[in-house]
Amino acid sequence: MAPIGTLHYLVTAAALFILGVIGVLTRRNVVIVLMSIELILNAVNLNLVAFSRLWGLNGQVFAIFVITDAAAEAAVGLGILIAFFRNKETVNVDEVDLLKW
Amino acid sequence: MFFLTHIWLIPLLPAFGAAMMFFFGRKLQKTTINTVCVGVVVLAFLFACGAVWQYTDFAHDSPGKPYQTIVYTWLGTDTGQMNYVMRDGKPAPFQADVGFLLDPLSGIWLLFVTGVGALIHIYSTGYMAHEGGYYRFFGYLNLFMFSMLTLILGNNYALMFVGWEGVGLCSYLLIGFYFHRHSASTAANKAFIVNRIGDAGFLLGMFTIAWYFGSLRFTEVTHLARSGHFAIGDPIITAATLLLFIGACGKSAQIPLYVWLPDAMEGPTPVSALIHAATMVTAGVYMVARSNALFVLAPTSMKTVAIVGALTAIFAASIGLVQNDIKRVLAYSTVSQLGYMFLALGVGAFSAGVFHVFTHAFFKALLFLGSGSVIHAMSGEQDMRNMGDLHKRIPITHWTMFIATFAIAGIPPFAGFFSKDEILWQAWSSEGGAYRLLWFVGFITALMTAFYMFRLMFLTFHGRPRMSHEVEHHIHESPKSMTVPLVILAVCAVGAGWLGWPHSIGGSDHFAKFLNPVFAHEARVFQEEGKTAQLAAGEREEEHTSPIEYGLMLLSVGAAVIGWGMAWRAYRHADKGYVEPIAVAAPPLSDVLYNKYYVDEGYDYAFTGRRKVGDVRLGVMGLGEASSWFDSHVIDGLVNGGGWITRASGSLSSWFDKWIIDGVLVNGPAILSRMMSYPLRLLQWGLVQWYALVMVMGLVGFVAYYAWR
Repeated sequence: MAPIGTLHYLVTAAALFILGVIGVLTRRNVVIVLMSIELILNAVNLNLVAFSRLWGLNGQVFAIFVITDAAAEAAVGLGILIAFFRNKETVNVDEVDLLKW
Repeated sequence: MFFLTHIWLIPLLPAFGAAMMFFFGRKLQKTTINTVCVGVVVLAFLFACGAVWQYTDFAHDSPGKPYQTIVYTWLGTDTGQMNYVMRDGKPAPFQADVGFLLDPLSGIWLLFVTGVGALIHIYSTGYMAHEGGYYRFFGYLNLFMFSMLTLILGNNYALMFVGWEGVGLCSYLLIGFYFHRHSASTAANKAFIVNRIGDAGFLLGMFTIAWYFGSLRFTEVTHLARSGHFAIGDPIITAATLLLFIGACGKSAQIPLYVWLPDAMEGPTPVSALIHAATMVTAGVYMVARSNALFVLAPTSMKTVAIVGALTAIFAASIGLVQNDIKRVLAYSTVSQLGYMFLALGVGAFSAGVFHVFTHAFFKALLFLGSGSVIHAMSGEQDMRNMGDLHKRIPITHWTMFIATFAIAGIPPFAGFFSKDEILWQAWSSEGGAYRLLWFVGFITALMTAFYMFRLMFLTFHGRPRMSHEVEHHIHESPKSMTVPLVILAVCAVGAGWLGWPHSIGGSDHFAKFLNPVFAHEARVFQEEGKTAQLAAGEREEEHTSPIEYGLMLLSVGAAVIGWGMAWRAYRHADKGYVEPIAVAAPPLSDVLYNKYYVDEGYDYAFTGRRKVGDVRLGVMGLGEASSWFDSHVIDGLVNGGGWITRASGSLSSWFDKWIIDGVLVNGPAILSRMMSYPLRLLQWGLVQWYALVMVMGLVGFVAYYAWR
């Protein structure tokens, strides 16, 4: 077994990313969509941390920023979700098409 | 020189009385009103006497020198704000002062206006005692005195015009004093409107004078006119004097503007006596006499004045022959006597005309006041057909009126004889046969005058009583306040004429001598023209009394006596069924005279338009109808046409706006962009996950592109 190198991380991150994208694109429940977005973000984090092994700590610092950002995003997203639910009594994303115009 | 320097107080005194009545009159007691209103006029009379007395001192060395005092400049300023260009191209300031001019002419007017005015004020306290609006009446009377004194004493045409309008206004107010009577208010309107026609003439004449002479002051205009720069018969002076004479015709009730004066008898009788007999109506004579220097330069105007005067005299006298209202007879008599005055002015006998004004003021005021006393005694009855046999019941009125009748009829030695005879003699002795005709007209008028006056006296005071029993029961002599002025006026009516006792019968003609300097220049002008010297007033010393003068004198006395006798014969025994001799002899003539030659009707047809000629209305109202038609058809047509065009163009413009501007230019691009945006809209169908899918596809596409490039 070759030691775990950068490539492994990248592959894992790519897999996570694809899983996240598929989740975002296919799931109807907004909660699941949000969770999938977390998956995408964490995939990126994984990449950043992996590259920081090669080029210094900048990647890790950036990852912490992204985590912070994810937390804020989750808060705002869930807030919108609750407001939305109160109006529409649904959390299905395909029933929301008001942003057309 | 106190009175002379304070001459401005004379008009101001009655003005004070009028102001008192205006502000406080309603609350004042009758005795207070009497004290104030009569007091100021008596005071004005005393002041006038003082002023004239001091004036004779002032002008002792150079007789006729006018005393002029200027209080302040009222119109125009020294800075030249009101400059205009005279006829000869020079600039001149339009300037009028509040200034007072006293010379023999205004002095005479001043004396008799204040004197007769004071007597009539006293009389009114008795006559109006039981009338409503007592304070109003006296306020108007005082206002009238103020205006009349302004007219007389003003030193320029503009200030004279102020007084002129003022007396017109007071005349209007006092004719319409019983304003609840329709006839009174109509008469007041008539007087005012007819006077306005004359006033327009006065104004135009005044402006012509200002334009031609560059001044409105009497002294300056007279000086310029006498300077010899202006030719006799100068057309502009002729025009100016004719225009002034139109003004005089209005105020002094000459043909064709005399129609208002008989109707003015609707006012209270003291008003008729003061305004419409003694003072205001002589304003026209005053104005012409005041402008004598101009009139002398315009022979055409002089002839016009003489002819109009003579015609008016005989015309009004003939109407007076058959009237039954006691005041109307006197009114026509006034018009007729005013005609005499203008006849005198027109033949150049200015001082004779003024003399007649002077004597006429006394006896005509007396006649009116006497008729007022009669009306008072008869409980308001004015129709002579319902009078008769009053001479024992009201003896003072009877005797004083008889004296006045003698005076007006021209029986010596009463006042009217001297003045009327003077006028007739002057008319006779003026050059040319045409003036003899004027004399003849005057002579016939004298006959008529004697007849209608004695007719009035006999119908009123003699014959059988023709009134109802109730009225007869109430007949009483008037109170002292009324009879005393009558007696004083009667004394004047006898004595006033003696001031002008002619040379031919041993007098010295003080009156003409006093006035001489004002008119003296005329004598020279006429002499230079080669006319007879007799034309000039006051030139009697050089005159040789001709036998003709005695002859004429006898003739006019004869005429008066014949008139008296005719009236005596016809009306001495007048009972209820008496007949007018004229109506028996010539019924159509009597009808025409009784209806005043149908002049009022004629004016109604021709000028006022109260009557129609066929279907057409002429005159003012006709003009009104014509302009109404013009207005409703042409002007309104134009207006409506304009409106229609505006509306049409408005709808066109609206259509253009709606379809072209809004439709094509504004909505067009909008529709276009909407159509073009339609396919783009399809791309946005609102499902977030589809957008995300597109984004991912794009990303994949980019990555693939860069990976396999």
